[in-house]
Amino acid sequence: MQELAITVIGPDRAGIVADITEALAGVGANLTDSTMTRLRGHFAMTLICNGSTVEQAAQALEPTGLVATVRKVEPDNSGGNPGDPYILSVHGVDRLGIVAAVTRVVASAGGNITDLTTRLTGPLYVLVAEVDLPDNAADQLAAQLAVAGSELGVDVTLRRAESEIL
Amino acid sequence: MSVQWTGPEGRVRPVVTAPANVLSSIGQEVDPTDPEIVALAADLVSTMRVSPGCVGLAAPQVGVGVQVFCVDVTGHPKAVTTNGTFVLCNAKIIEASRWRPGREGCMSVPDLTGDVKRAARVVVEALLPGTGEPVTITTDAFEARALQHEIDHCGGRLFLDRVAGAHAIYQRKVYL
Repeated sequence: MQELAITVIGPDRAGIVADITEALAGVGANLTDSTMTRLRGHFAMTLICNGSTVEQAAQALEPTGLVATVRKVEPDNSGGNPGDPYILSVHGVDRLGIVAAVTRVVASAGGNITDLTTRLTGPLYVLVAEVDLPDNAADQLAAQLAVAGSELGVDVTLRRAESEIL
Repeated sequence: MSVQWTGPEGRVRPVVTAPANVLSSIGQEVDPTDPEIVALAADLVSTMRVSPGCVGLAAPQVGVGVQVFCVDVTGHPKAVTTNGTFVLCNAKIIEASRWRPGREGCMSVPDLTGDVKRAARVVVEALLPGTGEPVTITTDAFEARALQHEIDHCGGRLFLDRVAGAHAIYQRKVYL
């Protein structure tokens, strides 16, 4: 089945999610995975849908007046995420390049970021990420992140995201 | 007093996964001396034992909408107090304190985990299958978490109903 990747961003207001998802449902676009969040007053939506064409979805979103992109993507058949889940937290005084430097260290260790949020509040910059790491990579990565953090003047912690199946 | 399960060997039943009405419905209270309930208790224990990594199983998870579940956290690294393998009927949480966040998953929601706050100390009142004897269990840490998870199943609730926020569910990495 054709899969669509859709992004929509616009000034936050009550009803924005209802408007967008109603427009998509109207052309048969069925939401699968999505994430929607408010970023400094802008509401940002990233959605994977199926069931409609690129043209139908784009046309449905046009009247909303929001900045939207629609494109066809190949379904992911990789069958899951290998690696052990870790949570990376970074915080400190904001400066240019924190995310770039920290994520480069993670990538160099073979880590795959599956989720990442940053927030700037006053002078404080905060980054929290979920990272899948190869076996036995965590200790060395933690040491490398400590070095990078000290160069950037930020605190970095890496901890295992333990989950219990009940 | 021991609450240890000493009943007969049961049969292994298939585990129901969400979405399923039985997982979202409040389970019926049972007569713990009913032979069918004793047989169900045995089946829950047998099904738990053959399921790798499984530390608890509630009747709705095998498709039966009643308030019966088993737990066994013996040997789990996060367990402190342990009561071995036991089965409880009509269990109710009487006291809950020391709330702690933790990430948990469920055999009935095999692809996701979620951050859920649970009490690290609970007092539970219930009836034992077979004798119908009332028991009060005071426990902590991982056994307390397991009890709350299973009592939730008996009330038609999944961990998804208790996740800490919109960003607190995750794709599960490993199939145990």
